[in-house]
Amino acid sequence: MDVAWFVVLSAFIFCIGAAGVMTRRSPLVVLLCLELMLNAGNLALIAFARMHGTGDGQIFALIVMVVAACEVVVGLGLIVSVYRRRLPIDVDELSELRG
Amino acid sequence: MSATTFAWLVLAFPLAGTLVIALGWRALPGRSAGWLGSLTILLSFGAGVGALLELLALPEEERSLTASAFDYASTAGLDADLGILVDPLSVFMVLVVSGVSFLIHLYSVAYIASDGGYARFFSFLNFFVFSMLLLVLAGNFVLLIIGWAFVGAASYLLISFWYRRTTATAAGIKAFVINVVGDVGLVLATFLLFQATGALDYAGVFAGAEEAFAENDGTLVAACLLLLVGAFAKSAQIPLHTWLPDAMEGPTPVSALIHAATMVTAGVYLIARTHPLFELAPAAADVAAIVGTLTLVMAATIALVVTDLKRVIAYSTMSQIGYMVLGVSVFAYGAGLFHLMTHAFFKALLFMGAGSVIGAMGGEQSLDRMGGFRKAMPFTFATFTLGALALAAVPLMSGFFSKDEILAFTINRGGGYVILGVVGYVAALITAFYAFRMVFRVFFGKPAPEAAELERGRLHHADPQNPATGEVEDSDVGFPGPEHHVAERSAPMAAAMAPLALLSVVAGLVAIPGVTDTLEHFLEPTFADSRFIDAHPSESAEYVGLAVGGSVGLLGIAIAYLLYMRRPGVTLALRDRMRPVHSFLARKWYFDELLDALFVRPGAGFGRFGRTVVESVFVQGFLVGGASGAVRAGTSFARTIQSGYLRAYALLLFLGVSGLALYFLIASA
Repeated sequence: MDVAWFVVLSAFIFCIGAAGVMTRRSPLVVLLCLELMLNAGNLALIAFARMHGTGDGQIFALIVMVVAACEVVVGLGLIVSVYRRRLPIDVDELSELRG
Repeated sequence: MSATTFAWLVLAFPLAGTLVIALGWRALPGRSAGWLGSLTILLSFGAGVGALLELLALPEEERSLTASAFDYASTAGLDADLGILVDPLSVFMVLVVSGVSFLIHLYSVAYIASDGGYARFFSFLNFFVFSMLLLVLAGNFVLLIIGWAFVGAASYLLISFWYRRTTATAAGIKAFVINVVGDVGLVLATFLLFQATGALDYAGVFAGAEEAFAENDGTLVAACLLLLVGAFAKSAQIPLHTWLPDAMEGPTPVSALIHAATMVTAGVYLIARTHPLFELAPAAADVAAIVGTLTLVMAATIALVVTDLKRVIAYSTMSQIGYMVLGVSVFAYGAGLFHLMTHAFFKALLFMGAGSVIGAMGGEQSLDRMGGFRKAMPFTFATFTLGALALAAVPLMSGFFSKDEILAFTINRGGGYVILGVVGYVAALITAFYAFRMVFRVFFGKPAPEAAELERGRLHHADPQNPATGEVEDSDVGFPGPEHHVAERSAPMAAAMAPLALLSVVAGLVAIPGVTDTLEHFLEPTFADSRFIDAHPSESAEYVGLAVGGSVGLLGIAIAYLLYMRRPGVTLALRDRMRPVHSFLARKWYFDELLDALFVRPGAGFGRFGRTVVESVFVQGFLVGGASGAVRAGTSFARTIQSGYLRAYALLLFLGVSGLALYFLIASA
């Protein structure tokens, strides 16, 4: 199969993720969409690795997964603590760091 | 011990005294700080005598010794060390300074006894003596400048000794500022001389100047004039003289020590010390002679009308220093320094007498309120009158020989100098008059209430107040103490005045024309290189001068007797008839107003301009305000981006990355 399909699919998924990050207000969904974007990247990396016939891209993808797992831990932790303090679960309401 | 070892000791004793009294005053009980201070000066005087004897043991041409404690800087082309010069001139000054200082310390032990700042006074006084001795013993211009500045600082400290008295602190500041003007002159002169000669020690500078400069060379004249700025500021000559009368705000012993006997003669010493330069630059010496003459006339005329006892003596000091400056500027060094010595004796004595009278008046200084103290204070009367006789140059008194020697030398130079000499004689008449104006107004006439009280055996006690402004004071530290002291009742004061009275009478005997020339002979090695060393007036000319001077002095006293004793009241009528003249003199020739208009007010105006325009508008408004305004404007944009909306950040990030990606895509295509 042509590598282009994989790249196009990856771009689709990335755009869906990005659009979700920018439009959704629930932090949980934002985190989900971030995962989509990361995995879109992974897909592109693995596709190109296959094209070149080397393992570099796959290693990269593995590292991205590790990072994504960490990021999810931190993100979920934040969401849980926000929930515990009875703050609104809405990224637009949580805007105290404005300049 | 060699002469230089003694000279180091001369410096070491007062310095040790300063430190011990200043650091250990808590441990010094009662009056011991004063006695300790006096002792160190006495030891210093003793060391000075030792140096004199050692010096006299040397052959005449070897009587110039230098010694160095350590080098400040010793590099190619610059050699400055902590070096002293011991020669007849410096030993002479050491003896005059330490001798008179010792007596004044002794006087102060009683005079200042009940003051809250007793120990502080003596540590300052010892510091002053140390500085003055450093000044006269300095072997190079660097050390001279150090001594010069120390002396000014000590003068400031002592004038403002009663630091809670507003007039005293103002007077101290005025004296210090004018003295600093002089310091600047001295430093600039040193720069000029160093640039031309490459040396800083006296011998090197004088030798270098003779090679580097032709007679009346512009640079040399400029350097000499700058030296004169220093000399004039220290010695209260026109136009830098206005601080001296104000300096009378200090305690009377300070006036006697600093503003009569020692510090104010530093300018005379400086001219005498740098005489090879002035002989190479006669134009500068002429300026000094003319300024000296102007000062001596101006000060004498002002002394006619001033009613503050101490200020009369202050103007008299200014006038007498004018004579000295005239003397050393017409290259009559022996005569000028002779007058310096006799003046130190009789003027310190006059101040001490005045201090005693002021003590009896309970701090009051106005001549208008004094009178009739003759019976109440016989000792003060006798010694004060002897001082006044010496000041008036009555025949056979010390001032008689010294002042007339200066004038005889001046007239002997011929030409325009004759005018200066004649003016000097006219001023001598005025001098005799005002000297006895003081005597007659203080000691004769109707006894003041204070005098009557003292005759009945009770010392007047006034409520403490500022004699100049009438402000009410207390007698805590920072103001004069609760008690006043008079020589009749305080043995140390009398013990200090008696030797000075004796010296005021007999000191003239060391230089009677044609009979003795002890002093001049002693000083000769220092001035051996002078071209004018043999330019003596003839003996007959000197005796004519003495006759004129003596009769002028007696005439002045006679006029004073006529006006104040025979026809009291005629002076008041005279004052009313000559209002403009009187007010011109009473306002001190408007010098204060002139300096005020020329320097003080433009300076203050410039300061106001700096504060309102430069500081507020330019610095605060433009520099500081502009910089912070620019930063604030720039950051307000950055602030609006920080909206706090996560999704907006995400959008920005997305746009940014997309923009970058687009750019690289286009760039690589």
